[in-house]
Amino acid sequence: MSSFENGWALTLIVFLPIAGAAVVLAVPKAREEAQKWTALLFAGVSFVLSVIVAMQFDYGDAAATQFGTRSDLTWIGAINSNYTIGIDGISLPLLVLSGFMTVLAIIYSWNHWPEPHNPKIFSALILVLATGMNGTFVALDLILFFVFFEVVLLPMYFMIGIWGDRNKIKVPVLGIETEMRLYASIKFFLFTLFGSAFMLLGFLTLYFQSGLETFNIGELAAGGLAEDALGNLAVWVFAALFLGFAVKVPMFPLHTWLPDAHTAAPTVGSVLLAAILLKLGTYAFIRIAIPILPEQAQDWAPVIGILAVIGIIYASFACLAQTDMKRLIAFSSVGHMGFVMLGISTLTDIGINAAIIGMVAHGVITGLLFFVAGSMSHRYHTRDMGRLGGNQKLMPIMGGILGFTAMASLGLPGLAGFWGEFLALLAAFNPLAGLSTTLFRTLMVLGAIGTVLTAGYMLWMLQKVNFGEPSDEWADHDLHDVDKYELAAWVPLVVATLAIGIFPRIIFGATTDAVTAMVQTVFGG
Amino acid sequence: MNILDYHALLPELLLAATVLAVLVVDLLPVRKAWVAVVGLIGLFAAFVPLLTLGLCDSLSFCEETGVRTMFDGSYTVDTFSLVLKGLFLGAAFVVLLISVGYLESGRFWEGEYYFLILASVLGAVVMASSRGLVTIFVALELVTAPTFLLAGWRKGNAKSNEAALKYFIIGVLSASVLLFGMSLVYGVTGELTFTGIREAIVGAELRSPGFNDLPLLNVGVLFTLLGFAFKISAVPFHFWTPDTYEGAPIPVTAYLSVVSKAAGFVGLLVITYAAFADLRHIWGPALWILAAASMTLGNLVALRQTNIVRMLGYSSIAQGGFILAPFGAAIAAGVTGAQLEDAFFATVTYLAIYAFMNLGAFAVIVAGAKRIGSAELKDWGGLYQYAPGLAGLTLVFFFSLAGIPPFAGWFAKLVMFRSLINVDYSWANVLAVIAVVNSVIAFVYYAKVVKAAWFDPVPEDVLSGEARSAVVPPTLKLALGITAIGVLAIGVFPAIISNLTEMTKVFVAGF
Repeated sequence: MSSFENGWALTLIVFLPIAGAAVVLAVPKAREEAQKWTALLFAGVSFVLSVIVAMQFDYGDAAATQFGTRSDLTWIGAINSNYTIGIDGISLPLLVLSGFMTVLAIIYSWNHWPEPHNPKIFSALILVLATGMNGTFVALDLILFFVFFEVVLLPMYFMIGIWGDRNKIKVPVLGIETEMRLYASIKFFLFTLFGSAFMLLGFLTLYFQSGLETFNIGELAAGGLAEDALGNLAVWVFAALFLGFAVKVPMFPLHTWLPDAHTAAPTVGSVLLAAILLKLGTYAFIRIAIPILPEQAQDWAPVIGILAVIGIIYASFACLAQTDMKRLIAFSSVGHMGFVMLGISTLTDIGINAAIIGMVAHGVITGLLFFVAGSMSHRYHTRDMGRLGGNQKLMPIMGGILGFTAMASLGLPGLAGFWGEFLALLAAFNPLAGLSTTLFRTLMVLGAIGTVLTAGYMLWMLQKVNFGEPSDEWADHDLHDVDKYELAAWVPLVVATLAIGIFPRIIFGATTDAVTAMVQTVFGG
Repeated sequence: MNILDYHALLPELLLAATVLAVLVVDLLPVRKAWVAVVGLIGLFAAFVPLLTLGLCDSLSFCEETGVRTMFDGSYTVDTFSLVLKGLFLGAAFVVLLISVGYLESGRFWEGEYYFLILASVLGAVVMASSRGLVTIFVALELVTAPTFLLAGWRKGNAKSNEAALKYFIIGVLSASVLLFGMSLVYGVTGELTFTGIREAIVGAELRSPGFNDLPLLNVGVLFTLLGFAFKISAVPFHFWTPDTYEGAPIPVTAYLSVVSKAAGFVGLLVITYAAFADLRHIWGPALWILAAASMTLGNLVALRQTNIVRMLGYSSIAQGGFILAPFGAAIAAGVTGAQLEDAFFATVTYLAIYAFMNLGAFAVIVAGAKRIGSAELKDWGGLYQYAPGLAGLTLVFFFSLAGIPPFAGWFAKLVMFRSLINVDYSWANVLAVIAVVNSVIAFVYYAKVVKAAWFDPVPEDVLSGEARSAVVPPTLKLALGITAIGVLAIGVFPAIISNLTEMTKVFVAGF
């Protein structure tokens, strides 16, 4: 095999962005054009490489790890952690999505730098974020995974904290008045840190108590040996991993950081947070928790399923109570991730396939929704849906794209959002043997009600924002419709939404074999 | 073995010569910065024999290899002590770099400063090799006594005077407690070297079972432990720390919180493990409690601080708890062999990484105080707008202290958790959970500094001040560079440090 296939391709995809960040920081502050082009170049090459990898990927053998490094390439010898990376059919779509969204985020930023204006640091942060995201999707060693999983926190913390919403809010419980950005940034960090610290304890317990003394995910998953050796500890390890992943997803009731973070974050921050960061948690369930601890996964599946459905229903009602457009989209994310988790909790190949396509679709659709919401609040200087209205008349193209995306988000057949929801419900009809059929069918019914509610709040939002007559407030405002940078960033997302909706094979072609093989080995068919 | 091994003693001899040379150069009519240069060269020179000793196996002129023992077993040069001596010398090098510009810009005695600080470093270096009650006491006092004076180096400042006086009184108190404990141990065992004490205890227990529970011996052991607990400012023996740290000149605080504190840790590890290994049921649980109390209380109080130096004082108490945790938990659990070696590895690794990041944090404060004119948190607002480089370094060091990848601190935390989980003992695992919760709490106050530097607006009075144009001296820049590169390199390739600290595992096997 060439060195390209032997880890170098993935290594470049992961580390080119952070190298780009270093270069951007070295460019003098005044030369903004150079900073933008450098950022785009490094993110672009990284994305193009991931597309090349996707084209050379052997789809006939999607269950196998490809493009990986040797599993004995030492990283930290003293603790037996290796530089083990690689992709299979499960991680490939997410890796490509991550590179795709990063490039679009940089293109969108071209003339949409949030205040305080500082393209240099902002684009460097986007690039560091990209390294963390790409790295998480290719890491096959638990310690390596942990590091990438944590690295994404820093740039997002700064994006929210520096460029976030400066409106004053009153902090719940503490009762202090502070700026939204300050509250949201520290809350985001603390929630995730809390979860991931326990996750790390879980990893270490796996290492020692499984008796295998390895951090290699594949070796830990092999034959369920690790879980058997853990005995009574297994439930604690799963609980620790669950805490770490569920905060990131986020699952009800650990989701409260998300609406704040989304509302406060600058547009690009919201987009990347929704499109990629939330997927790290769900991906980790599929990659780590289920294969390594299958019996615990079965025990916990009802809990996960119930929490997922509570999340769906709760998020729908919460959406209907919002006046802030971005906050509504943020809560809709909680609901959509609920469908993803419902799919995962069925532990079937259909359910997990649904979860992956749901993740990709949510990334594309909600990413676009946040782009549009960001651009609108940039023009109207408000996100209050009570004051917006008649957007379709004021800005026809923007309104059209918003309408299209909202339709995709509510799961209209033919668009990307449909497959994740539909298949997750289908999977819940027939969960893995051993799980309570009654419970999961109840969950299916409740989830189906959730889809109706989703349609309800999405249409409600459209009605308030897009339809009707524009209020007099906007009469003398210069509301220009979408500009070329916005189009350049959004059209690819619209195309992707349509493409995945019409040809879901784009995703299933990679995932189906990998997921089926995983479910077969883990649960014996 | 009783003859002097000059090769093994060369680092100490060179350092002692430097201490004298500094005094001589101070008399010459040259700029005082030359005194610092002599000190830096001396530290560097003392580092060279560490390398030749460490690589003795592969050097042709090196005759004797392996562990070198001198003075009837009360002085030992092995890989454990070599690694720690290297750490002390490196940290002292950075402290001197931080000091130069600081001393020149204020009204300070300069020559004497370097003399005192180098004498203290010599004590730390001796500490790493001490294997007897007398040598370890002399080493500890040599580390501490000069720092009493240094803490009060800002002569006209009331806080600095308070710092020195408080530190002196507590220091003398703890020294007497320590001596009392040692005298009891000597009285019961009749031995001065650690190996001797240990063998005496084992032998007596064999002859008359129940000897280990002799109250006199146990009190002696606990008092010895207590004397060191003051030195490492473990809760509840910490109350001198915040005042002394805040009042002392910042480079001295950096020295106290890194070199002097690390020397205390090394002394504690060596004396407890080498001399009292068979009484671990007495001091093991005590270490567990010290670790848990230090990390919890240090963190909770640090949350309330508004002065960054004082905050770092409490932070160093909490970090001390993290450093102590693996060793304390492993000893309390009574494990031996590989698990104990892992615990030792974790404690030493944490200590080494802590040295890098804490020195870096202090260097940032010195630089920041020069630009801003204050170490109050509220004055640091909007630092990144007029000093982006410094704000970037603030981020690196304070997030490293919080344990966020990709900065070195994450690896320190990882090996700590790893060791706590490795021990098959529920109290160790409980400590792991306490440590996790504490890591999250600690993030809040470290993030406060980063938040001030990056998120807050520039305060009015700082904007207008001329301090903004103040220049950071090149030596300080060098110190910042060394520590920043260290923190980043170790964070991305932890193998750099873990390969070194792994060698200290040999120490455990030696007893």
